[in-house]
Amino acid sequence: MKKARDRIRDFFWRIRNTVHLSAVRTDEFFHRHKLGFVTRWPHWLKAIFYMLPALTMLSIFTFYPIFNSFMISFYTGYNIQTGEFDNYTFLGNYATVIKHANFLQALRNTGIIVFISVPITILLGLMIAIALNAIKPLKGFYQTIFFLPYVTNTIAIGLVFAFMFSGNADTIQNPVGLGLANQIITWFGGNPIPWIASGATYWSAMSVILIYSVWNGLAFKIIVFLSGIQGIDKQYYQAAQIDGANRMRTFSRITVPLISPMIFYILITSVIGSFKTYSSVVAIIDATGVIPTGANGSINLKTIVFYIYDYIGLAALDGMMSLASAAAIILFGIILVFTVVQLQVGKRRVHY
Amino acid sequence: MEIRLDQLTKVFTDKNGKETRAVDNLSITIPSGKLVGLLGPSGCGKSTTLYMIAGLLKPSGGKIYFGDDDVTRLAPEKRGIGLVFQNYALYPHMTVRQNIMFPLENLDIKRSEALGLVDEIAKLVNIFDQLDKKPAQLSGGQQQRVAIARALVKKPRVLLLDEPLSNLDARLRLQTREEIKRIQRETGITTIFVTHDQEEAMSISDQMVVLDFGVEQQMDAPQTMYNRPTNLFVAKFLGNPPINILNGSVKDGAILIGDGMKIGSTKAPNGDYVMGIRPEDFQFRPEGFEVDAADIEHIGRDTLIRFMMGDKSVRALVDSDSVLNHDTIRLSVKPGKIHLFDKVTGNVVL
Repeated sequence: MKKARDRIRDFFWRIRNTVHLSAVRTDEFFHRHKLGFVTRWPHWLKAIFYMLPALTMLSIFTFYPIFNSFMISFYTGYNIQTGEFDNYTFLGNYATVIKHANFLQALRNTGIIVFISVPITILLGLMIAIALNAIKPLKGFYQTIFFLPYVTNTIAIGLVFAFMFSGNADTIQNPVGLGLANQIITWFGGNPIPWIASGATYWSAMSVILIYSVWNGLAFKIIVFLSGIQGIDKQYYQAAQIDGANRMRTFSRITVPLISPMIFYILITSVIGSFKTYSSVVAIIDATGVIPTGANGSINLKTIVFYIYDYIGLAALDGMMSLASAAAIILFGIILVFTVVQLQVGKRRVHY
Repeated sequence: MEIRLDQLTKVFTDKNGKETRAVDNLSITIPSGKLVGLLGPSGCGKSTTLYMIAGLLKPSGGKIYFGDDDVTRLAPEKRGIGLVFQNYALYPHMTVRQNIMFPLENLDIKRSEALGLVDEIAKLVNIFDQLDKKPAQLSGGQQQRVAIARALVKKPRVLLLDEPLSNLDARLRLQTREEIKRIQRETGITTIFVTHDQEEAMSISDQMVVLDFGVEQQMDAPQTMYNRPTNLFVAKFLGNPPINILNGSVKDGAILIGDGMKIGSTKAPNGDYVMGIRPEDFQFRPEGFEVDAADIEHIGRDTLIRFMMGDKSVRALVDSDSVLNHDTIRLSVKPGKIHLFDKVTGNVVL
């Protein structure tokens, strides 16, 4: 009797055979009916043909919206229901947005997240990847642990963070209301810090967002760096050892340059990703992105994307969509400039 | 710097707990300032020995001495060695200059001084005009020389080369062979290299060590080893075309084969032996035994004759001129060129 595995393999063999033979027959059919030109299409034309479905979708959901928001950012008094607008303005909407205190605050918040969390995640990711690479027993287990955050929902992680940093000075009587961070502080005899609760300061709330961003981005970077490190020929390390390089020097002169394409890829994608920060603030603070601090006012932690959504929320009012569009185009411009600068630097610094 | 290996042993244990003795009680002394080749078939432990001398592998037993220093437990970077890897392991992201300078970066040395040393060594290995290129832009032979320069720039006590010519094409191999010999002479550094290619080993080494299954078979100057192999393994391993191995016996000083044909004389005691005769040790002689040549190939200067001696097929390499215009081929063995080996131990007799 045939084994089940053999039967399965026979089955796939027949499928492959059928597919191949039908391709051959189609070809013959075209030739017999003097339709040979179809199979003689140049390769690039065929490629475009196969890409058509994707191109259609991208046009509808990506290219057209980009183009449209670009257009809308030049309208005044734009009504999203009728699509009518009063007039064109060259930079009017942009000027309004840039002068807006909320936008400048959003720019500052986003900038802090980008310039603090990205370098820290990359350095930390590199260090963890190197440590993971050095582990021999239970290698797979540790790699899985560090990869788990990547397959976990962002909002869920954010909510867990919000819990961990919950509580303030008033909740000390009721330890259940203290988050993990404050519990640890009280164990050491300190007073609970109102990280993100009322009484929070700008930097206490921002540091929670930063810690979250770093941790949330870590998993993917570790995996990319780890695969890069594992791809390095062991002989380079043996050579470096004989050349008398210590660990630090081996890291900076051998490991980093040899995985520089990965570092570069991670740098570009995480800078872009950080500029688009939104959901982490929602998860940790709330959908308003603002912590009320009683009589003293409030702490504004909105990012640029937050600002854009705020104005989309007001789109029922004439002209608001144009402000949102202008802000979006400004964000696009900022990301474009940063990416171009990085690509230029990368040309000289990255070894492929 | 004299290098002494004392009972050096390396045992590898695989997942199932099976042990392989890659190097087995190896005790050899490598004289100072000489170029020594470690030669043997694949898996004979020659690379393992080299890596143990380099310090990249830890011996399971035995000691390694550089001069009077016991370096067995010393880290590679403290041993004062230069190692050239089989595939060179040049850092691909650095220029040739940076590659050669890398070992100096890790020393207490001024940059200007380091640059001077790099220039000096680059001139020695003839890559001075390639210093600003990346390794990928160089040919195999040039990469090889960069690797040698990188190994030498620190002025190591010992230079180790792992299969230095195996990644080069035949023409470059000849060239590089000379080059390595010249560099070794000019620097006078004790050099050990590993190879499976006997021709390569014989052509450049001052002394040769033949290994088999981690055990030293013989250590000698190349020509001595070729002419006087101490055992059957060395006799079979060296020489191309390979040595002819026959069964024979000695009776009252006469060496006999097959049905009692005398092919030479010896002082060895009576008994049965394994005999080794190198193909080129046959000569065309009218008084020799007549051979029924199955196959005759003229390869330029030499003629290769294949014939049966008893039940064994034998190859003889004789001067082409001597066989010309002869209908029957009569061969004899040059006097004193029959190697007799013990049937059990394989060691040479006399």
